[in-house]
Amino acid sequence: MSSQADRPQRVLVVTPAFNEQAMVGEVVREIRTSLPTAAVVVVDDGSTDSTARRAREAGALVLSLPFNLGVGGAMRVGYRFALRRGYDAVVQVDADGQHDPREIPRLLAGLEGSDIVIGARFAGKGTHDVPGLRRWMMKRLARLVSRVAGVALTDVTSGFRAAGPQAIRVFSRTYPAEYLGDTVESLVIASKHGLIISQVPVAMRERLGGEPSQTSIRASIYALRAVAVILLSRIQTWPSPRQNPDPETAKSYGGQT
Amino acid sequence: MTGAHVVAALVALGGAGVIFELVRRRQIRDKYAVLWFVLAIGMTVVAFFPGLLAGVASFLSFTEPASALFFVALLILLMIVGHLSWEVSRLENETRVLSEELALLRLETESRPGFGEAIEDDDH
Repeated sequence: MSSQADRPQRVLVVTPAFNEQAMVGEVVREIRTSLPTAAVVVVDDGSTDSTARRAREAGALVLSLPFNLGVGGAMRVGYRFALRRGYDAVVQVDADGQHDPREIPRLLAGLEGSDIVIGARFAGKGTHDVPGLRRWMMKRLARLVSRVAGVALTDVTSGFRAAGPQAIRVFSRTYPAEYLGDTVESLVIASKHGLIISQVPVAMRERLGGEPSQTSIRASIYALRAVAVILLSRIQTWPSPRQNPDPETAKSYGGQT
Repeated sequence: MTGAHVVAALVALGGAGVIFELVRRRQIRDKYAVLWFVLAIGMTVVAFFPGLLAGVASFLSFTEPASALFFVALLILLMIVGHLSWEVSRLENETRVLSEELALLRLETESRPGFGEAIEDDDH
């Protein structure tokens, strides 16, 4: 997609981690085995345990936030890091072991024709057990976002994603930090910026460790927020990075290696 | 002038006193200080000249001066709270950017050759 097709694609795997000391080391090692050429950065989102140390020992770079910002905040640091160091692609892999790093090459392959590739459940691959009500809500959400994005998506709450250069530029400025805004809201923002979203079916594993971040009450709040976000997106305006690159932004986020 | 007017005037003057003290200790931005001073002065004036309030009420076609007072007070407070929500949102965003920058800088500093060599032993 980029003009520098002759040099190898530089891939950065970003793993947001909040108190994931049990799994983070194993996850980092697995990523490094599956993708020896990729750099791995763990964003330690204000953990109070030894997440940062475990990640470093496993060979990851660690970005330590002074306090908890949530997945969205952690991801924006990752995207900013990628932009400054000139990476061509960012892959988000959760620290709980749910995402199989062996699927990453398939996500990256999808970036040929789009700016964001979602590793999607419910797309024919793998059996992922989700309780009935939540599954129904996830489907409704997927349909709503599909309409905004103009492409059929089956799983908009998946955190397993790859982002290309355009998406990195947009997300390093706009990735939402709001509670769970990292999933649905980021896709809405992306499509508002004219980014092309696609998905590839993936199998997700059982969480290898850590606590699930969603209870049913939280899931309901999340669904309400998601609907509000989609409605709000109709009136929100963003400066378009494609049409008018802001020289100030280009300077302050400019490439430094 | 009734007891209620005296109480209102005292509250207004007391509030102005608190704001004055906050300004003196540089604990409040001048833009908020001015806002609260103006409100305190307005309250005092209304307390001493209740006729003024009646005039305003009839001008706004309220039958009760008290209703007019509540209406105006509520409106002003809503505006202030709305403004503060906006300020807090901006501050939250600024804090977020700062913490992100801090994380990026920390990684850069730590990955410099020679960083932390002296304290390596304490770490393990």
